[in-house]
Amino acid sequence: MQYNAAFNPSGGAAIVGLGMTEMTREYSYSATGLAGIAVKRALDDAGLKKEEIDGLFINAGVTNSISTPLQTSLGFRDLKLLNHMNAAGSTAGQMVQFASLAIQAGMASYVVCVFADDPLKPGTSAGAAYGGTNNHSTGMASLPASYGFFSGANTSYALAARRHMGLYGTTQDQLGAVAVSTRAWATMNPAAMQRKPMTLDDYHGSRWIVEPFHLLDCTLVSNGAVAVIVAASEQARDLKQPPVYIAGMGQGHPGNPRQAGYENEVNTGARIARDTAYSMAGVGPDDIDIRELYDCYTYTTLVTLEDYGFCEKGEGGAFVEDGRLGPGGSHPTNTGGGQLSGYYMWGMTPVSEAVIQTRGHAGERQVQKRDHVLVSTQGGILDWHSTLILSPNADAGTRN
Amino acid sequence: MLMQERGTNLMTNQDQIVRPAPIVDESSKPFFDAAADAVLLLQRCDVCQAYLWPLREICTECLSTDLSWAPSTGEGLVHSFVIMHRLFHPAFQEDVPYNLTVVQLDEGPRVTSIIKGIENDEIQVGMRVSANWHDVNGTPLLHFETR
Repeated sequence: MQYNAAFNPSGGAAIVGLGMTEMTREYSYSATGLAGIAVKRALDDAGLKKEEIDGLFINAGVTNSISTPLQTSLGFRDLKLLNHMNAAGSTAGQMVQFASLAIQAGMASYVVCVFADDPLKPGTSAGAAYGGTNNHSTGMASLPASYGFFSGANTSYALAARRHMGLYGTTQDQLGAVAVSTRAWATMNPAAMQRKPMTLDDYHGSRWIVEPFHLLDCTLVSNGAVAVIVAASEQARDLKQPPVYIAGMGQGHPGNPRQAGYENEVNTGARIARDTAYSMAGVGPDDIDIRELYDCYTYTTLVTLEDYGFCEKGEGGAFVEDGRLGPGGSHPTNTGGGQLSGYYMWGMTPVSEAVIQTRGHAGERQVQKRDHVLVSTQGGILDWHSTLILSPNADAGTRN
Repeated sequence: MLMQERGTNLMTNQDQIVRPAPIVDESSKPFFDAAADAVLLLQRCDVCQAYLWPLREICTECLSTDLSWAPSTGEGLVHSFVIMHRLFHPAFQEDVPYNLTVVQLDEGPRVTSIIKGIENDEIQVGMRVSANWHDVNGTPLLHFETR
């Protein structure tokens, strides 16, 4: 594998700061307030002053309540780089990628990337925040409600999972195995929202959301914020934390064609993104020590593992069944409890846990071998995807 | 209230639950006019003949804006399905648990609909189905049936 671009960004930038709010089911601060708390914590974590920040990328969640004015709310002045990015759940990885590229091109030095969301407000259920029964549509767009098509993302992802089950024989037990292994990691993460051990019986006993999804197939919904700071690798070495080098980056966006000839429910954008990211980092699936995958549903983990080449297409069910994703398994995956049991900060969930693991700061749940940590962030109904390959090693990647 | 005037999915008063029905508008009128005669229309690109769904302004294959309505055979395969166990709207009290099914029509597009006349546990990915129509509050609504 050879990365052939004239400008090779592999290993030239690093994540140097991480800040997270408490993750809650209760409303405390607005998304703006939460973003500010996370940014302050990221600055303190990195040992940087607010005045040193010259770039800001912003990603709003489902409430879409922060945007470019966040700059002024947080008192950032005379920035060299600013944008409100929106490719849904894939944005977190993309913010880090564009920050890395801009820094290496000399457009900025220290770029804050922040996600914040406050979907849970008094009197609003998680289901209502993410697609309830409210429908103002007319014409062809009024058809779904006429059929009783409610619960938006849950229903669309359940359709994708059922397609996989129909084509490849993937079972309910196999989806449940992902929920169980992910929860096993969460029991060791103080930041995780669900830490009570879970069995496969618990999984089967949880109520249906949209069959084939039980409650325990679905992510939590959380209020909170996560910020990371990206800097050039040369600067990263002088800061407070061990640098988390960005060895590989890639994106893949299949969209949602909804017509014959496309199997977009069982083929994610990871199939495109992985080739760029693996070749930039100079690695393949066998070199990946830790996987932090966007897991809005159990099925998302299963299909994403296939698309990064950890097993063949259609074999994800058998792959996840024997506990290899969990603590002590051969393929540690979603080591903080992911979005299923940890916290739902869209793409910042896998990014944040990857930073913690790459630094070696994961305590009881630390995976010892951590030369290459894969991060997948994805959005839409498997429409959009971005990949990071992170490493604690300054010589990781193909540039050096 | 505006939404009630449009006849959407809310109760008009405490005694009557109105089942959500399609709301015909200008762009969808040809579709629903044909539906009244039990004909399923799809958009088709005049330039490249691609069949399109859902309603488009521009052909997704060749970016032409010259689109017309053309009849579908109504024949297709079950692409995927889910079972809705929860009651999200009171009008579906008698339906729960009900299926939502995506059918890939032989012309290519995938439409989200329901299958009638079948038990939930008999639905299978890949099953052949045909279009039919039923009435909701005076508006024809597409569904599929096994052959």
